[in-house]
This record gives sequence, C-alpha cells and structure tokens, in this order.
Amino acid sequence: MKVIKIDKKTWAGGINSLRSGYRLIGPVVKGDAHDFAELASDEAPDMAFGNTRLSPKSVIFPQSEPMFTYSLDESDPEHHILKDSTKDYSPRAVIGMRPCDAKAISLVRMNFDTPDYRDPYWMDAYDATTFVGLACDNPCTTCFCTSAGCGPYHEEGLDVLLSDCGDAYEAKALTEKGEKLLAAAGWDAEGDVSIFEPKKADAEAKITCTVETGNLRGKNSLDLYDAPFWKELSFACINCGTCTYTCPTCWCFDIQDENKGKEGVRMRNWDSCMTSLFTMHGSGHNPRTEKHQRFRQRFMHKLKYFVDKYDKGLMCVGCGRCVQQCPANIDIRTICNKMNGYEAAS
Amino acid sequence: MQNPYKAYPVRIDDIQVATADKTLRTFKFVFLNEGDEEKFSYNVGQFAELSIPGQGEIPIGIASSPSEKGFVMFTVFRTGKVTQHLHNMKVGDVMGLRGPLGNCYPIEDLEGKNILIIGAGFAFTTLRSTIKYLLEPENRKRFGRLDVIYGARHPGMILYKDELVEWEQRDDINLNLTVDGTDGQEWKYHTGFVPTVTESQAPQGDDDTYAILCGPPMMLKFTKPVLEKLGYEPNHIIMSLENRMKCGIGMCGRCNIGKELVCKDGPVFTLDKLNEMPEEDQ
Repeated sequence: MKVIKIDKKTWAGGINSLRSGYRLIGPVVKGDAHDFAELASDEAPDMAFGNTRLSPKSVIFPQSEPMFTYSLDESDPEHHILKDSTKDYSPRAVIGMRPCDAKAISLVRMNFDTPDYRDPYWMDAYDATTFVGLACDNPCTTCFCTSAGCGPYHEEGLDVLLSDCGDAYEAKALTEKGEKLLAAAGWDAEGDVSIFEPKKADAEAKITCTVETGNLRGKNSLDLYDAPFWKELSFACINCGTCTYTCPTCWCFDIQDENKGKEGVRMRNWDSCMTSLFTMHGSGHNPRTEKHQRFRQRFMHKLKYFVDKYDKGLMCVGCGRCVQQCPANIDIRTICNKMNGYEAAS
Repeated sequence: MQNPYKAYPVRIDDIQVATADKTLRTFKFVFLNEGDEEKFSYNVGQFAELSIPGQGEIPIGIASSPSEKGFVMFTVFRTGKVTQHLHNMKVGDVMGLRGPLGNCYPIEDLEGKNILIIGAGFAFTTLRSTIKYLLEPENRKRFGRLDVIYGARHPGMILYKDELVEWEQRDDINLNLTVDGTDGQEWKYHTGFVPTVTESQAPQGDDDTYAILCGPPMMLKFTKPVLEKLGYEPNHIIMSLENRMKCGIGMCGRCNIGKELVCKDGPVFTLDKLNEMPEEDQ
C-alpha cells in the first residue's frame, strides 16, 4: 500500500490534470450546505465541510435516470420496443467523500450485484468510479459511525483515503484504481504512513455517541416486529421521506414511463417506504396503510432484516444525516437501542 | 449477463374474454425475435412482468404450462392503469414480456407424491399452468393422486371452462368445482366456499400428500386451518403470494415480507416458512 504526500500547493494542479481522464464530482456549496456535484472545468472541490447534506449515492444511483427509450408511433417499425438509453460510463472520480458514505456504497452493492442478477445501471456506474475519501478529523455531534461498523478513517469502499495534515494531504492508495488516479494527477511525493494511526485514534475519540447493536442479530424477528413500541416511536413521524432520501444506504426505487407526444422514456426514480403508495396493490389492498407500519419497515429493514440476510452488520453507517434532518426529531440511535434492548414478554 | 430490466418484444396473438363480467381476459403472446422463447424458459408458478412501453409494467402469474410451446399465456384482471390499457389492446399489438421471475412450485420435489391443488378466483392462473403440466402424458405417471378444488363467486366467473370440462371426464384427476352462489344459473357442481368444500372433499394429509394453494387472502386464511385439521403439516402446504412489485428481481425494495422478497425469494413459500415471517397488515 502506497502513501503519497500531496502538498496543497499542488492540489489544484493535480485536480486539473485529472480532468482529462475523469469526470470529477466533489463537494461544493449549494445554498446553505455542501453537496456533491459534477465540478465545472474551473471548479475545485471545496474540502472544508463537516458532512454534505446528501451523500454522494446519486453518483452511482441517480435520483432519476433513464433506462430505456421507446416510440409510440405505429408508423415506426420498431414502435413499442425498448431501446437502451444512452449512458456515459466513462471514468469518473468522487473527490472528498466521507468514509461512511463509501462504506454505504459497498453495503448497497450487495443489493444490486447478486448471484442471480446484476443491475447494469448501478454496477456500470460503480465500476466506472474511483472513490477518493476524506477522513473525518472533526466529526459532527450526530456521528455514530464507530458503533455502526464504520469510522472516521474507515477504508472499506474507498480507493484512496486522504487525511488533511494542514498544508498537505497524506493520501493512502487502497486499490489499483486509487494508485492510478494519484499517478494521473501527478502526485508522487513519498508520504508518511505513520500519521494515520494516531489521527484515526484522535478522530475516533471525538465520536462520543454510540448505538447498541450487539443483540440485534440474536433477536427473534417476529418478536421485534410485534414489539409494543412502534406506534409510540412513530407518533411524531410525518412520513415525509427525508430520512430515506438523505440516507446513503437507502436504495428503493420506482420505475415509471414518461411520455411526450409519440416518444417516451422508462425512468427509474428513488422511492421511499415512507409513502403509502409504495406498497399499494392494484386492487387497493395495502399491507402498510398505517404510518407505524411504514416506520417499522424502515427500521426493521436497516437494523434487523438486512442484518439477518447478509450477516454484514447494520444497513446504517452512522452518518447521522437522518438524525440532523428529520423534521420530527426522530432519532435512529434511540430506535436502534430500543430494538437492541427489547425483551419480548414470555 | 443481459439487462434484467429489458423486456422481450412480443406480439399479442390471441385475446379471449375469460369471464361473464368481462373483467378478465386471456392473452397469448408470441415472441418477435427468434431465440427469445428459449431464453424465457419457465417453470410452473413463476410470473413475468407484462411490459407496455408508455404505460408501465405489471407482475402477472404465467397461466400457460412449460409444456405448451409457441406462446406464453396470461389471464389478466382489469384493475389499474396498465391492465386497463392492456384490455383495450388488440391482436397484433406489440409490447414486452420480462422474465420469467420468481421461484416456482416445487413440482420436481413432489414426484411420487399426491397433490391437492386449491384455488379461488382469478388466482387460478398459475394453478391452471400446474394442472396442465401435471396432466401431460409424460408427467402424469410421475405423480400420485391429483385432487383439485377450484372456487369462484358464480358460474360466470370460472376460468378455463372448456378445459375444466375436459379434465372432469378424466379418471386421473379429481376435480371439485364450487361457486359462492349460482345467481339462478344452471350449476351441477358444489355450492359453498372453498374451505367448506375442502373440508368435505380433500384427501387426508399425510407424509406423501402436499397441498398447493393460491387465492385471495380470505380464502387462504380460512383454508389453512381446514388443511391443518385434515392432517397437513405446515411444510406440506405450499402457497403463492403476491405484493406490489416493480423490478421483479429483488432490487427495488417494496415487496418484502420480513427479510423475504416476494418477487425473488417467492412468490412460492411453504406455510412453515410463512410462519417465520411477520404478518404484514398488522
């Protein structure tokens, strides 16, 4: 594993060198918060942020993306036959993503890359992307990554991990993809691997809030499902779906046909288990008409079903976005602890 | 690996009104491209997404049997946007077919066993596929006794009447038809709900007898205890479920019951598996 020192004086030049081989996506200020966006040709990533409002999951899984086009014009010999939408899967790089968001992408991959099916849109975008992480030396108060199987210097899912050392970044190349990117930027000064361990320990020590998760796997799923606390916990929830959109590990989607005149596009859009329509049958029957049922589904999926299905821990990386942005102050940490500590009456 | 979201182009080859109230139609599709029929190789109990560009997709159980070649058949209830549109389409129209999807009835595991098939309403489609398959000369001898109980609201709502009449005359299938009421129409079979007819007509459960159930929630709810009373163990009761779906391949996240996805881990589950899963709706 190679460690490269990137003098910040060479940062902008290196980023510029990358533009010829990569589409660059990085944090930029949008309104009152940072978000990830494709960088304009003269734009540098703004690395001075706590965490972005949304995770960069949309780089791999756009909020809305075309799957197919079709013609409804019966004089067209190919009418009503799906054609692949034009896609750009040329190399792209996300610069400055937080380790939690990278781990989230590796968790979501388990959904889209299975022994039976490979989702071509998600996987082609994933394969085209180099993930350059920025370690968190100043975590937010809502971060609980260290007890959610992640951490401020977590490397899973990243190709490069950067640590900000004042006038330079120390860059750890974690994969071949990462080494290639560092070389393409022209960064080749030998770095100092020894800074990582102490900085990691410092950063981890700053994360004081935790969740209890040790009992979740052993719990009986039906007991948790039938636990008496769901109505009470969901009382304040307004089913707005903010948690699902901001969550880096939420992947549910909808497929919709959008027509304009005789042409149309089959789109895939983010969807949310918080809405009643999500599960409503054509007949009108709906297994989740009540908000506590939808609320329960979200937390059971993240903290129990996923845990049982894959045995890879939670479907949560502790980024704290849902905690920060929920308008009703619902806190996944409280719910996780409640589930972890629940004992069904015998 | 091919794109699992891309539907095979098909042409509607035949449309038949399936019930007296005209809310169900049976469609036969043929593949436009050579080789697609082979790629669409399916088993009984599987479903497919009927994909109408410009309208959307609907998951529907396959009603034809894998032993029937040259077409794929579906019987569709007119209920929402896509089914409404489909009911207005005509022979020769082009659309898409995506699949086959989901698991299947574990027919091969039932070799040498007695099979009781219980269906109600328009869920009879995949059961029609199953019965048709079991009755093929090369298949029938591989299985034991075959009992079928099929109920509909009234005689006009019975699907596949011509075939049922044909099957009724055979001595290698015990067919029990029932309706909730006759509306004054001539009817020489049972009258009464499926659970009641099951109680009086179904064979006793034992190690060598399996029940396959597909129908509306109420029918399932009241038939399960009858089967248990008749001695069917939960791992001998095989059920097919449905839920709202989009992708059909276990990715879009909406059809789960607990950690199981109805589209990919199902739609077929044994009752002992279902007993480990939460009862949504509560």
